[in-house]
Amino acid sequence: MESVAQIKKTPLYDRHVEAGAKMVEFAGYLLPLQYTGIMEEHEAVRTAAGLFDLTHMGELEIRGDWSLEFVQYLITNDVNKIPVGGIVYSTICNEYGGILDDVLVYRMEDRILLIVNAANKDKIYRWIMDKEGTLSADGRKDRCLVVDKSQKLALIAIQGPKSEEILQRITPVNLSEIKYYNFVKGKILDTEGIISRTGYTGEDGFELYVANEDAVPIWDSLMVEGEEYGLKPVGLGARDTLRLEAKFALYGHELNEERNPVEVGLKWVVGKDKPIFIGKTPIMKVIENKPERKLIGFEMKSPGIPRQDCKVFNEDDEEVGIVTSGTFSPTLKKAIGLALVNRKGMKVGKPIKIQIRKKLVPAMIVKTPFYKGSVKRNK
Amino acid sequence: MSKIPENLLYTKEHEWVKIKDGVVTIGITDYAQDQLGDIVFVELPEVGDEVTQLEEMGVVESVKTASDMFAPLSGEIVGVNKFLMQEVDGEDNEDFHPEYVNQDPYVGGWICKIKISDESELEGLLSPEDYKQNTAQ
Repeated sequence: MESVAQIKKTPLYDRHVEAGAKMVEFAGYLLPLQYTGIMEEHEAVRTAAGLFDLTHMGELEIRGDWSLEFVQYLITNDVNKIPVGGIVYSTICNEYGGILDDVLVYRMEDRILLIVNAANKDKIYRWIMDKEGTLSADGRKDRCLVVDKSQKLALIAIQGPKSEEILQRITPVNLSEIKYYNFVKGKILDTEGIISRTGYTGEDGFELYVANEDAVPIWDSLMVEGEEYGLKPVGLGARDTLRLEAKFALYGHELNEERNPVEVGLKWVVGKDKPIFIGKTPIMKVIENKPERKLIGFEMKSPGIPRQDCKVFNEDDEEVGIVTSGTFSPTLKKAIGLALVNRKGMKVGKPIKIQIRKKLVPAMIVKTPFYKGSVKRNK
Repeated sequence: MSKIPENLLYTKEHEWVKIKDGVVTIGITDYAQDQLGDIVFVELPEVGDEVTQLEEMGVVESVKTASDMFAPLSGEIVGVNKFLMQEVDGEDNEDFHPEYVNQDPYVGGWICKIKISDESELEGLLSPEDYKQNTAQ
């Protein structure tokens, strides 16, 4: 257990408390779980816009002449798929193909910015320090500098169909020109920041990386400008229901070191054309032999709410897997979940059973994402 | 501040109890519903079930979490709040409103009625004043 003294507050902590948020500890930070209620906040994001304080996320900058080569070795996805100004989603795996973290990779002119999960930041930093310089035999062609910017940067996300209109009121950057999974450096109010068209909700929206000291004025301005659109501050509770409806994986739920990207539905983040990356051999073997397990989405057919670690059974009452995430879907008004199950026969439409407390409750495999939001995917 | 009506008795598990002619109506307190957040599902005992004081009796689930409900007193279940049941007699309940527990925990959001079998158990319940101190900690 961490002592109270070590719990960190974000620059927006006072704003959350003033707004009456229920604060909880998450990954060493005190963060808002909810303000007015998960359902209401969830709906605001689906129909208008929501504002999130994500300052707990880790930002690691990789600099130096060999930064691109090193990151190509470090992550599973291929940075060469995108130009400077683009972003790729990727996993970082260990030598056995187990997932150490899932990350966003920002390709800049002369460096690369990795956005890592708060709870994994120290682990990934140590992993990078350990691997940096080991790629080339002479150890010179992949040396780079790793800088942890997490203590200096705040991250504010605005998500929802009205995000662009609201954010446009406080930045001169033409937001309509930023495509999904692209970013620009530009002015927000009167300070410089990174504006990224990304998110974790299934809705159109932006993530803003700004200096800690600029977080409060930007938050306040967005709250004011967004009011007439129905913008609301949103806590971690609704962040989880939003990402689950959109079937975004969450580290510690769908993803962990015992699982490879292929079986959790992330084959698309495996850059199989790259000559080398950490974990390539075992991951390619999984692709070749087909994975034993797969991640499925399901909805409950009888009353009950599935939760992480509930057991999954097939029609013949044989245990076939485990629930990785489950909740009541505020948009669909039904109980939904994701489960990692033995692959054989697990197709959309198939009836399964979820053990909730002592009962086996009927459910059915359904198509995912459970809900498609306003996000404008490229092509 | 959460509401703690003067005419009820309470448990440490954040349930309230209203006594009338040997039958008690029970529910969860305003404090409990606020802590849980948006309630979306309540698993209720069935009419006719025997329950024992402090034993698990049902579950209240919010979007975020599940919380066990314990029988505040021993006895027989003689009524359940149908508005909290997702299915009634095997059919989807069109009047399913688990949010009543959030909106009106002491009246519309009552959970079940127990015909109590041991009146001496009532002595272990908390007065409104005692419950207030219990939640203030």
